[in-house]
Amino acid sequence: MIEARSLTKRYGDKLAVDGLTFTVRPGMVTGFLGPNGAGKSTTMRMILGLDAPTSGAVLVNGKPYRAHAAPLREVGALLEARSVHPGRSAYQHLLALARTSGIRRSRVDEIIEAVGLSGVARRRAGRFSLGMGQRLGIATALLGDPRTVILDEPLNGLDTEGIRWVRALLQSLAAEGRTVFVSSHLMNEMALTAQHLIVIGKGRLIADTGVAEFVRSRGRSVVRVRTTHPDALAARLSGPDVAVTVDRGAALTVSGLTTDQIGTAAGAAGITLLELTAQQASLEEAFIDLTRDAVEYRANTVGASS
Amino acid sequence: MTTITLPAYGGEQHVSQLRVIRSEWTKLRSLPSTIWCLLATAVLVIGVGLAYAGLRAARPPADPSTFDSAAISLAGVQLAQFAIGVLGVLFITGEYATGSIRVSLAAVPGRLQMLWGKAVVLGATAVALCVPAVLASFVAGQSILSAQHLDTGLGAPGVVRAVLGSALLLTAVGLLGLGLGALLRNTAGGISALFGLLFAPQLVLGLVPESVSDSAYRYLPAPAGAAVSSVHQDPLALGPWTGFGLFCLYTAVVLGLAAWQLRRRDA
Repeated sequence: MIEARSLTKRYGDKLAVDGLTFTVRPGMVTGFLGPNGAGKSTTMRMILGLDAPTSGAVLVNGKPYRAHAAPLREVGALLEARSVHPGRSAYQHLLALARTSGIRRSRVDEIIEAVGLSGVARRRAGRFSLGMGQRLGIATALLGDPRTVILDEPLNGLDTEGIRWVRALLQSLAAEGRTVFVSSHLMNEMALTAQHLIVIGKGRLIADTGVAEFVRSRGRSVVRVRTTHPDALAARLSGPDVAVTVDRGAALTVSGLTTDQIGTAAGAAGITLLELTAQQASLEEAFIDLTRDAVEYRANTVGASS
Repeated sequence: MTTITLPAYGGEQHVSQLRVIRSEWTKLRSLPSTIWCLLATAVLVIGVGLAYAGLRAARPPADPSTFDSAAISLAGVQLAQFAIGVLGVLFITGEYATGSIRVSLAAVPGRLQMLWGKAVVLGATAVALCVPAVLASFVAGQSILSAQHLDTGLGAPGVVRAVLGSALLLTAVGLLGLGLGALLRNTAGGISALFGLLFAPQLVLGLVPESVSDSAYRYLPAPAGAAVSSVHQDPLALGPWTGFGLFCLYTAVVLGLAAWQLRRRDA
């Protein structure tokens, strides 16, 4: 469980994080979404006590992070892919980390095995590919079997197989009852990975919602129709909120109507349908719209106050 | 979707100073750069000491009564200071440069335990390396000088103090480097500050009148520290242990400032 209350961080003139209040609950994957520079990494550093908030507070599992006597048991974190000395082997990096908390050597071997780095663990981390570096970062986060897992852009630099592996891992961690908090600047990634979303823009909270809810409210659905008489059908599908575009190849893209309504209209007119498919509009677009609103809102308030 | 199970770990995981010291020891010995710095320190102490002894044995002094045999054997200590000082700087700035400091501080949220852990490990490693190195340099150097009957022994007045004092001085310089590195969080800055602190004050003092410089000279870091490492006392210098004590005080002040900054500043 992570509880941020009016969390604020100011660097000089710039408000990096501006009064964030949210709760990340255990048992599900919570996506932390925002464009680059929105304040995600700063927020994560404050959760871990690395940066001190200018005002406000954040608790992890009920306490400020620094107050935990066994921090690796409470929180495991991946902050930026390269947080490893390039001259040190993956094994020694994890061993040094393990020793701070008296974690046994066998656990280091176990975690290296679990993330699939057994073959390269004795190699210098500086020679690792981005994907191997991410796996090492994930091993670093999971070493202490933490109740809360915080991962900053864990999918960066991973290939398809790596992405699927991380997704499956995050789901399993959440299913075990852990709190899983994962940042990304890509909406589509999070739609497939998370159950809950916290969206920020310019340091402010924009949305704190379930993924399904977000998709329902934000993702405009469209229906793709193929028919023998596209123009005749298009003429019958007019209405106040209805938009129809005729594509090449006799296909229509219709928004504002359900498949039922389109099928009924086609049947009434005796028009043969070849295909009738409901499609989800791009979530990425919805996300960009959402964060653009926030940016404009911010720009307007600045303009109004000056 | 395939499910992945993270193997559970039930062991107790409290952070303690002793555990952090073990962690820092793992860090120190697992980096090639630190091994090179340690080797360079030993090679400079022994190599320069032996070379200088060989040189002086080949060209014996006209008046052996003013000859400082111990100083010949310890000539490498001056240079070795920089190798061990750079190690001290790198031991912490390497973590800032690579971002691994965040992993370290997230694991040790109290932070100071990490700095003290580094100080203990660096100090112990430096003593363990430098005591044998200066002894080896001394014994081998004196055996070279003995061919010309210029040698002295550990039993002669002040010799044991100078030999062991040299090893302690090297250790203190390493800790000073650690403090400067922790304070400045930057390798180039840390090394520059170390060299600056050991060299620059003497240069500045050369610009002021001699009456002032003669009385102030002894309090500068490098001359104060050097007092413990020589058998024959410079009349302008502090006593050997007083001087070394002052050097340790400077080091402690730098480490103290570093600790204060470490607690206060964002990582």
